[in-house]
Amino acid sequence: MTEPTLSCPSPARDDGERITLAHGEGGRRMRRLLQERILPTLGITVGDSADAASLGNVGQSLAMTTDGYVVSPLFFPGGDIGKLAVFGTANDLAVSGAAVRWLSLGLIIEEGLAWSLLEAVLKSIAEAARLVGAPIVTGDTKVVPRGAADQLFLTTTGVGELFPVVPPGPTALRPGDVLIASGPIGCHGVAVMAARERMGFLPPPTSDCASLLPAVAAMFAKPIVPRAIRDATRGGTAAVLHEWAELSGLAMRVDESQLPITPEVAGVCELLGLDPLHVAGEGMMLLAVSPEQADAALEALRGTEVARFAQPIGEVIPRRLSPVLVRRGLGRELPLDEPLGAPLPRIC
Amino acid sequence: MRFLNEFRDPGLATRLIRDIRRMATRRWTLMEVCGGQTHSLLRHGVDAELNDVIEMIHGPGCPVCVTRSDAIDWLAQLCQLPPVLVTSFGDMLRVPGDRDCLLNARAAGGQVRAVYSPLDAVRIAQETPDLQVVFFAVGFETTAPATALAALQAERLGLENFSLLVEHVRVLPAMEMLAAATDCRVDGFLAAGHVCTVTGFEAYADFASRFRRPTVVTGFEPVDLLWGILHCVRQLEAGQSEVVNAYTRAVQITGNRAARDLLDRVYEVVDKEWRGLGTVPGGGLGLREPYRRFCARRRFTQTLLPSAVPPVATELPIHRPNRCRAGDVLVGRLKPTACPEFATACRPESPLGAPMVSDEGACAAYFRYSSSHATHEPG
Repeated sequence: MTEPTLSCPSPARDDGERITLAHGEGGRRMRRLLQERILPTLGITVGDSADAASLGNVGQSLAMTTDGYVVSPLFFPGGDIGKLAVFGTANDLAVSGAAVRWLSLGLIIEEGLAWSLLEAVLKSIAEAARLVGAPIVTGDTKVVPRGAADQLFLTTTGVGELFPVVPPGPTALRPGDVLIASGPIGCHGVAVMAARERMGFLPPPTSDCASLLPAVAAMFAKPIVPRAIRDATRGGTAAVLHEWAELSGLAMRVDESQLPITPEVAGVCELLGLDPLHVAGEGMMLLAVSPEQADAALEALRGTEVARFAQPIGEVIPRRLSPVLVRRGLGRELPLDEPLGAPLPRIC
Repeated sequence: MRFLNEFRDPGLATRLIRDIRRMATRRWTLMEVCGGQTHSLLRHGVDAELNDVIEMIHGPGCPVCVTRSDAIDWLAQLCQLPPVLVTSFGDMLRVPGDRDCLLNARAAGGQVRAVYSPLDAVRIAQETPDLQVVFFAVGFETTAPATALAALQAERLGLENFSLLVEHVRVLPAMEMLAAATDCRVDGFLAAGHVCTVTGFEAYADFASRFRRPTVVTGFEPVDLLWGILHCVRQLEAGQSEVVNAYTRAVQITGNRAARDLLDRVYEVVDKEWRGLGTVPGGGLGLREPYRRFCARRRFTQTLLPSAVPPVATELPIHRPNRCRAGDVLVGRLKPTACPEFATACRPESPLGAPMVSDEGACAAYFRYSSSHATHEPG
């Protein structure tokens, strides 16, 4: 049975609670969605919107990054997809040695998404963009049929100005370099997993979703230039360590007892049989610094809110058979495997 | 974490290692039955610390590894039929059947979802009456009470769209089969602590005396394991073979009465095909009346889709056309690292058999924690 087709859509439905395909097909509904809802919520003045944003004459070295966000659920303790999209992009620039200056935003909306949800995400995007100090200068909105997306997908592109000296990257690592975690590991992954599966932990584990730019800037201001910085997102700390080992031709050794892990993350990982080293964070990064600069780097990091729990976790060592080693339990060094897809819980 | 950190205390562990060394007059061979124990032994380096006085061999206690492969293939086919949603513990999704694993079946368009509890599967069935929700009920007596509860819950709710593919296994009959084998090298057993939290360990007294093997109910942390090993060695040195509970903080002699009652109410003991081991008499659980109406095999082979899904064969060839020697690994005849395929043709990302996939599989434990091979991609 199908609903009777209205030849002339009732104007009242324009302000309905859900976004429909009609909102994505150009024309008046699309214009109204943009001009009356999306742009004001993002704090963008109506009338500014042209097909491309002019960034002016910058006269500075720039870096650019782009990332897609498909997290489910859209809202989780400690964050939401909007905050994640802005901070994630700002962090990708920050760990590359750049401060985000401009953002673009792509929205792919599944038809039927409640306006209230979209509005909440947009408000969160606006707030996060304000925090990192980068306006959203251009964007795009598409509405796709039900099932072609999962509620809402975001794409953010960030353009940032490079600091005068940037980290040379993992190929510059040397044996003896100190590995530092800027904060507790695995918080985001555990929070999203617990929210997605409605595991009912009380209090619910909270995501660490945050901008790392202040911590990176504090170091560069010293000036301390780490050899490598990387945010430990998908694949967690283990993925970063494996990547560094591969690119440097060296091995990474961390000490389990030194790892900053919150009791919530430790508890959930214990229960589900996961290794916190494999779980993603969204507001923490790994740094490799020369041994001479390690203390100063820790001091600079700990002076910022986002990295107040920064901690040395291990060191770079000459190449071994296993590229990443963890000193565990009774003190033995055991290899750490690379994460193999999404972690799945054990059954008993 | 309370009840965990104190059982990982390196100081206490070192003292126990010293005591075990002092006590042992020869090298003893012990089997830890549960895959969780295997992983903990390797992860914390307990086996290496004691290697000169104790040889640890790994038992069949990985539920994912011993689940018959044709059950996976059957579900991989079943989930392709539009009304069917297959739900499973996450572990099971990557385990290869003879043809496919459930993750690949999902990628090919099948409906498969990982759940954390069988009751989640019941909830999905309740919320989506258009779907036929099948839960893949695997595991030892540890997970069986929860699936029994799911059957009761489905009955209470009058759900006609929920069913179970029951592949539960019982650990003691498999231990009996191992101990009865003429080539059994095991001097003493570390029994699976989690299973005993449900079943208790009354039945183990008979096992220990009948097979003259000391049997120690053992936990999973390094101190628990060392405590279990110490009790085992003490008996071996004294020529005793009794059952001892070294996991007293979790296990009582009669187990968990409520959970045992649930098992008795919903299941009956059946002979069961174990992957790699063959048929274990009394080695499994099957639904009893009136809960057989939740049997997925019955529902989908007889009523709903008679032609679309082939029935599960009752007689299975034990030797697979595969180089995997999981059977030998599961009964402790072969160390994973001694397998010619280990870490070469057989790796977690391209497993030849279940023990390389599961979080409790012995091969996966060696792959993850042993430094005798490269954990990164070859080449």
